[in-house]
This record gives sequence, C-alpha cells and structure tokens, in this order.
Amino acid sequence: MKYEAVIGMEVHVELNTLSKVFCGCSTNFHAPANTNVCPVCLGMPGVLPVISKRAVELSVAVGLALHCTISRWSKMDRKNYFYPDLAKNYQISQYDLPLCANGYLEIPIDGTTKRIGVTRAHLEEDTARNTHTIGGGDSGVDFNRCGVPLLEIVTEPDIRSADEAYAYLTNLKQILQYLDVSDCNMEEGSLRAEANISIRPVGTEAFGTKTEVKNVASFSGIYKAIEFEIARQQQVLEEGGTITQETRGWDADRGITFSQRAKESAHDYRYFPEPDLVPLVVDEAWEQQIRESLPELPQARRERFITAYQLSEFDAGVLTADKAMADFFEATVDAGAAAKPAANWVMGDLQKLLTERRVEIGDCALRAEDLASMIGLIEDGTISGKIAKDLLPEMLDTGKAPKLLVEEKGLVQISDSSELEAVAREIIEANPGPTADFRAGKEKALGFLVGQMMKATKGKANPKLANEIIRSELAKTE
Amino acid sequence: MSNTWYEKTAHEIRDAVRAGDVSAAEVTESCLDRIAAVDGQLKAFIDVWNDAARAQAAQVDAKIKNGEDPGPLAGVPIGLKDVLCTKQGTTTCCSQILKGYRSPFDATAVERLADAGAVFVGKLNMDEFAMGSSTENSSLQTTKNPWNLECVPGGSSGGSAAAVAGHECAITLGSDTGGSIRQPAACCGCVGLKPTYGRVSRFGLVAFASSLDQIGPFTKDVEDCALVLNAICGRDLRDSTSADLPVPDFTQALKGDVSGMKLGMPKEYFTDALGAEMREKIDTAIKVLEGQGAEIVEVSLPHTDYAVATYYIICTAEASANLARFDGVRYGYRAPGVTNVDELYRKTKTEGYGPEVRRRIMLGTYVLSSGYYDAYYLKAQKVRSLIQRDFNEAFERCDAIVTPTAPTPAFKIGEKSSDPLEMYLSDIYTISVNLAGLPGMSLPCGLTASGLPAGLQIIAKPFDEETLLRVAYTYEQNRGFELAMPAALRAQ
Amino acid sequence: MANITKADVEYVAGLAQLTLDEATKERLVAEMGDILGYMDKLNELDTTGVEPMMHVLEMSNVFRDDVVTPSLPRETALMNAPKTDGEYFLVPRILDTE
Ligand SMILES: [Zn+2]
Repeated sequence: MKYEAVIGMEVHVELNTLSKVFCGCSTNFHAPANTNVCPVCLGMPGVLPVISKRAVELSVAVGLALHCTISRWSKMDRKNYFYPDLAKNYQISQYDLPLCANGYLEIPIDGTTKRIGVTRAHLEEDTARNTHTIGGGDSGVDFNRCGVPLLEIVTEPDIRSADEAYAYLTNLKQILQYLDVSDCNMEEGSLRAEANISIRPVGTEAFGTKTEVKNVASFSGIYKAIEFEIARQQQVLEEGGTITQETRGWDADRGITFSQRAKESAHDYRYFPEPDLVPLVVDEAWEQQIRESLPELPQARRERFITAYQLSEFDAGVLTADKAMADFFEATVDAGAAAKPAANWVMGDLQKLLTERRVEIGDCALRAEDLASMIGLIEDGTISGKIAKDLLPEMLDTGKAPKLLVEEKGLVQISDSSELEAVAREIIEANPGPTADFRAGKEKALGFLVGQMMKATKGKANPKLANEIIRSELAKTE
Repeated sequence: MSNTWYEKTAHEIRDAVRAGDVSAAEVTESCLDRIAAVDGQLKAFIDVWNDAARAQAAQVDAKIKNGEDPGPLAGVPIGLKDVLCTKQGTTTCCSQILKGYRSPFDATAVERLADAGAVFVGKLNMDEFAMGSSTENSSLQTTKNPWNLECVPGGSSGGSAAAVAGHECAITLGSDTGGSIRQPAACCGCVGLKPTYGRVSRFGLVAFASSLDQIGPFTKDVEDCALVLNAICGRDLRDSTSADLPVPDFTQALKGDVSGMKLGMPKEYFTDALGAEMREKIDTAIKVLEGQGAEIVEVSLPHTDYAVATYYIICTAEASANLARFDGVRYGYRAPGVTNVDELYRKTKTEGYGPEVRRRIMLGTYVLSSGYYDAYYLKAQKVRSLIQRDFNEAFERCDAIVTPTAPTPAFKIGEKSSDPLEMYLSDIYTISVNLAGLPGMSLPCGLTASGLPAGLQIIAKPFDEETLLRVAYTYEQNRGFELAMPAALRAQ
Repeated sequence: MANITKADVEYVAGLAQLTLDEATKERLVAEMGDILGYMDKLNELDTTGVEPMMHVLEMSNVFRDDVVTPSLPRETALMNAPKTDGEYFLVPRILDTE
C-alpha cells in the first residue's frame, strides 16, 4: 500500500521584546540564573500581570504577515497544570479566542508554491528552565525565561513531506526575521518547533493516529525526524501494528525518534478566562497601523530584486533568504555599486568570510559603503579583483576603508606603461620556452607570461594593460 | 496615666496629632497598650509590630517637628488583614502553607496608607485565604466577637472587625470577596466598606477570587471611611483591573442630607429568611433615613436566589487556580522527605491547607474540569450577567439600595462549622454586590436583645461610593444611639 | 446531574494535586454532592442569548510599555525558597522531560 504523510507544525517563538510579557524583567537570555525575576514572574502571592503592548503588537504583526484574521476582541486564559517550570502552576495563554487565526504561508515547492494553512497564532508566557545537572538528587529551576512572551503558531495538517515541513520552517523563520520579532535562535530556544505526524493510505481522507515529535534542536533535525517517523509508522502499519498516540523525542546521534511518554488521556487543562487581565481589543485603526508598519516581506523582496536589479531568481532567493544579507546588498547598491558585482561579492566572498568567522553581517566591521567603494576601485582599474579578494578580509575585520588600505599597502594597480614594459622584457628574457611557444602560435603561453608579470608585480599590474604590453614586447623583440 | 487615645476615631487622632495636641508616639503607645491588654481575649492580632509601629510614629512626629505635612492620616494606628502583602513581618493568609512567608513588597493600598502618615500596628486574623464567614478557618487562632466572647466576629476579615470594635486600633483594612468586610463589620458593630471592583488596587492582596476581591476599610465611623478611601483609591499601573477614573474627595460626601434621594428596598431581601429582630432593626434604620427626606421605593433583584450558587462556582473556580502556586517550590511550606515532584506537590498541599480551603479547591477544580465547564462555570458567568443586569435595572429606579447585611447576628463559635452549605447560604445578602462589582457598605444599626450588633447594608452604583457615604453619614448622624464600648472589654 | 462518586473525587484530587484519606474522600463525596446539587439550581434559568460575564467593568486594553524595570536581587528572590543552592530553586529531581 502507498501511504502519504499528514503533518501539522507547532512553532513556539519567543518575541524579542525588551521586557517580559507581564512584568518589567529583562528578557536577556544570558543573565545568571534567577536574576531576571521579580514577584510577578515568580508568581509570588499578591502579584498581578499587566500585559505588554509591544508583545501584542508583535503578535498581530506576525498574524498579518501570515495573512491571518486578527481578532477584534480577544482575551487571555489560564491553562492549569502543575510543573516546576510554571511559577503560578498555570500558564497565561489564549484558548478559544487567539489573537490571530485562519492564515496561511506560501512555500515554494517543486517549482510552484503551496499554501500551508495557519490555524492560529496566540500569545502566551514562556516557562522557566529546569536544569538537571545540580546533583544531590535535585533539579534546579531558573525563572529568568519564565514570562518571556511566546507566540505559538499552529498550522493545519497541510504538510505532506519532510521537504514541505522544512520549507515551511525556513520560510516562517525568514518572515519572523524580516518582521524583526524574534532572534529565531533554535539553540537558545527562542524558536522551537514540533511536528504532529501521521500517515494514511494515499487517496483516503481519514487521519491516522498521530505522534508528536518534540525537542528537536534544528530544522535539519526536524527534517530527519519527520523522514524517520514516516518510515517508522509505515513499517509499523505494514507489519500489521498500530500507531500509539504519543510524544516522541529525537535522538540526533542515533538518528531515531523514541517514545517519551504515552499521552495519558488528553490533559484536563481547565482553561478559563484570566480574571486579572482585561479583554484585548484590536480595532481596525490599530490593525491598520500595525499593517502599515510591516516591512517588505521575503517573497515581495525576492520578486523586487529580480525586476529592479535584474538578478536571477536563484540569486534573488539566496540574497533575500537572510534579511540582514539582503539589507547589506541593497545598501551596497545604494552606495553606488552595480547590482551584479555587488550580489556576487555579497553571496560569494563576503558570505564565505562571515561563515569562516562565525559572525553575522550586522556584527562585523564592514560597511556597505566600503564594499561599494571597493567594487568601484575594481571598476575604475585602481585595483584588480585579486587584490580586492585579499583586501576584503581586512576590511571585514578592521572596518578600514578600501582606499586607505590600498594606499597604506601600496596596492595601487600599476598602470604605468614604461614600468610594465621593463617588467615584460625581464619576463620574456627569463622564459625563453613559453616565449618561443607563443611565437610558434601557442596563444595559451601568453597566459603563463601574463601570470608571471602579475607575480613579479605582486598582483599590482593592471591585468589588461599587462596583457597588451607583453604582446607588444613579444612582437618587438622577435 | 490614663491614655485613652485608642478609643478615638481616626479623624480625632489625625486632628490632634496635626495640631500638636498629642504625638503620634503617644497614640501608638496607647494602642499597643490596649492590644496588650485585650488581645489575649479577642485574639484579633496574629502579629503585633511594636517596634515598627513606634519607628513609624517617630517618623510622623519628626515630620511635624520639621514643619512637613505629616499626611491626612497622620499618626493613625492601622491594623492589616494578613491577606495584604507587607515587607514588615510575615504574610501568611493565616495558612500553614505560607507559614513564615516574607513578602518582598508592600501592597499598593498599604503603601498609600503609609504615605498618608498611618502607623501600622500589626497583622490581623482571618479565615485561611479569606475562605469563610466566621474566622474559624484560621489555622492560627479563633478570634472572638468583642460584644460576646463566645460568638464569632464574622469573617473572613474577623480579626480586622474585632480589632476596630475592640478599640485596638482606629482603622483596619480587610478584603471582601463575598461579604468578608461587610458581614464581620455587621457582626462586630463597626463600619465596613467594600469599594467598587477596580476602585482600589488589588496589587499585594493575596488573591482568593480575582474577579470578586476588593480591599476596604473597617472604621469606627463613616467619616473615617471617607478618609481611608481618599488614601487608598485610584488607579495603579500594577493592577490591570484598577479603574482609570478620577478619585473624588470623599469627605465632600459627608453632608448629612438625603432629601430627595430614592432608596430601594429589594423585595427578595426582605423575606422570611430574615429574622424578625433583624427585620425590625433594618426597618427602624430605614425609617431614620426616610425621616431625613429619603424616598423609599420597592425594587426587585429577581435573580437573588441564584447568587449563592453563582458565587460559589466562580469563586472556587478562580481560587483553584489562584492557590495552585502554593507548591513548596519558591516559598512557603514544603512537606519534608519528598523524593519526587509529584509527591512534593501532593504532600505539601495536603498538609498545608485546612479543610475548607481543600474543599473549595476541590469544588473549583471540579467546575472547571473537562465536561463540567459549560454546565457550571460558563452557566454561572451567564447568571452573573443577569445578576448585574438586575442591579442596573434597579438603579434606574433608585439612587442606592438598602438591605440587611446578614440574616442573623453573630453566631456562637462552633455552631455552624459542620455544615459548609449552610455556612455558604449565610452570605446571601452580600455576595450579589461582589458579583455585580458594586460598592457596598455595612454600618451598625443597633444591638439585638442579646446585645449583638445588627448591620445595615447600603449598595450604590459602580464608582458611586459618595452616595454610600452620604446615606451612611446621614444615618449615623441621625440614628439616635451611640454604640457603647463592648462590656467585655471595658476598663481594662 | 451532581451525583458525585468517589472516582470523581479522586480524579479531581489528582488534578488539584491533593492526596485524600478515605474518610476525607467519603466526606467530600457527600459535601460536594450537596453543594453541587445546590448549584444545579442554575439550570432552572434559561440563559439562552445571555453573554457570560468576562469582566465586571467595561474595560479593555490595559497595557504596559515595553520598558525594563529592576528585577529582584537574587538573594531576595530566593529568600523564601524552602530549598536552594543560592542560584536555583531546588526541587526533587525531575525525571520526565515535560
Ligand atoms: Zn518579572
């Protein structure tokens, strides 16, 4: 029997507000344990939450970017369960009236686009972190993360493969980064994704029993976990077994999912409206104001790059995948560089250097104007492309302007004919073999001789001029 | 030296302190002496802050000496229900589960009183987590009614009521979720006021039922009530449900004139359930107001009979979540010898709560649980809308509503504690006010033949505490009797 | 509808993290039955078309600005903790992940 997978994704993303959603504590991830805590986020007796406007606005922004309907009237609810990472033993969340509902995200797949339905996106508070490395038979609880605003984005079961899930996640992450609502750092847990996976015979409608894969630390891990889980479920069914509804973890080392806990009869969370908070009303005017503040989103930018800069679809896709990269590219063009070389430098050497250094474009010393002026120096023949390749790492590390570096290092291209003529003569003299070859009609030998000129001038010779001069010198001494 | 400042009202003390006739220190000593003398019998206080009170009084005196304004409650000794968070001492809600808990902050209302020049003398007994109508559910001690030491002081703010009635301090703060200020005020013969929901910040009030809880004062007279409201009302950015409305000068409402006002008597409150003697006291009080020019009209609150059921569904549901946090992880009691988290919760909670709190948590958990939410919680919220609508309609016909505060005077200690439902039903006259979010007030309207106080309740429109005070003040000025010092506590 | 069984009491006690002895369970079966039976009188009322109360006052959109305010010093945060190592709140080792 042929099976198809039915997958829904749940993504939790920490919103990058400065302060927590219901109190003024900092959301800084790197603070020492239990230093970003106050009576409110510790759930001390007598405290009350007051909701952050910014957290609501960021949630609505995400909802709008995902084509959701924004609830004119919504509310917060209490979700009751006991766990040491919950300060109040209830989580303030949203139950039946999420801020955002009924949206979609388009993903490029197999040369077309596919719509993944977004059921809802709702605002809630993050939980504390438990650490199990305390020793002495105890676990430690750090409440720094408790109360950080969290947006839960839930899809319809529209995803049919690991590829689609991966595309959904990368596109969602791009959007979140473009909106600048989250760091989207999976390692630090500011973006967490879970997949609900079931399979059914192709052509049938009814859903199979689903498993929920949790605690995966990367998109590629989720891809692999989904692939594994589909295969596992298929094998179970083919062997005549049944799927157990359960939560499964992902063992990245062994490349397998494993049962974490069978879901004891769905949790009885006893949701009810949070009486300490008043209803949220997002009227048309406020929604419009947030809509107008939305930046250009990846899909639109991709299309604009193709038309405005005559970039290939591939290049436009690569450049816009990362908002900071796309911004840097545009800033370089705005500073006077031609689009094509700017794109090549950004996607090529620059990207490579950043990866080597493990820094983000925004965190390195290089300025877009300097990249533009470097491209300008190549265009006007002041330096060669090769020199530029050597300059870029230093520009990136020190932030020095390329002109300054070129002067400091005496890297200005030699475009003085008489100087190059002297070099050409020396090269011809020192390389009788290739010289003879060239004269015998082997054009290829010329390349070698030009290369020798470049070497002798430490790359400073203007390659075009070097080519011309060695040709004319070869002709002269014949 | 006979120093009887403890007998005075807050405005008398304030005036004398500001005029330099007496120092805040002397007044404080007078109260601390009084507490030392009578609280062994009354057991209103669970903690007396002798040193802190003296230090606070000294600050007030220093301000006066330096020519600074010592505030509108300068030197007034105030006691606080143990449900209010205070940096001083402990905050336990009289529960073993919060034994020894020290709050890192003061409740907003406490902060505001301190700013007004008050001197805090200590924390007061209450039913555990404010769940009860007799203060018998305190895990610490049983407070006595100053008028009859064999009777309860009412509850849940029984300590707050007894302390004022016993002249241990001029003012106390309590909290009122379903009558927990008004009912003990009636039982103990003092003035008690529950402001409109949202009038006083709940920040620092340990939550019992968040949508119903309000902080309010117990005082010896109506004028003092106005002074406390002036200090504690008003928006607080730390409480989303505190109303963003201007706070009037409530003393302006103390006019002693109700001519032309319409006072509604809800027919559902004057049934056979109301004892004959109580009925007579209320009728007499209403006649006094009529004599001052008020017009009495009959009004109807048709859903009154459903209020107790509605109230106990909502308050237990909210309480079941509000009390979940007491789990032995961050503060409070932790059961010894637990080896896993489940056991930690279960043993801590089972050992830490008293039977009434456990019962309400069970009820509240049940009415929210899967399959019962619609039948109980949601249904109750709908009926709550109907109850609020009843009041809106009644207030189209009157300016304020007058009712008894409780169907009977204070009962004997131990008399009712075996039947929870019977106990719940005794809240019949007070809980609708909380469900509708209205301001309500109880003031003494005489003593029964057995020498126990009776209470007249006045209810006004939302944020119309001024009308409450106006009616109450008029009654107080014209009631034609003085409440004597309870006999049991005279001349100690 | 309020026919409370021992199983109901045990289920609810589990949700509320309470351990009840047999006598308490028996008592709660009776008391909760009584009280919930009394609450069932709400079913006498037709509430069709009645909006449940969400908030007693007509309020909405009470917000705080996204401004960081001082947190508690860690010693104060941990001051009331029954068990701590000076950095963390300690609980018996958690075995299950989530
Ligand atoms: Zn905080």
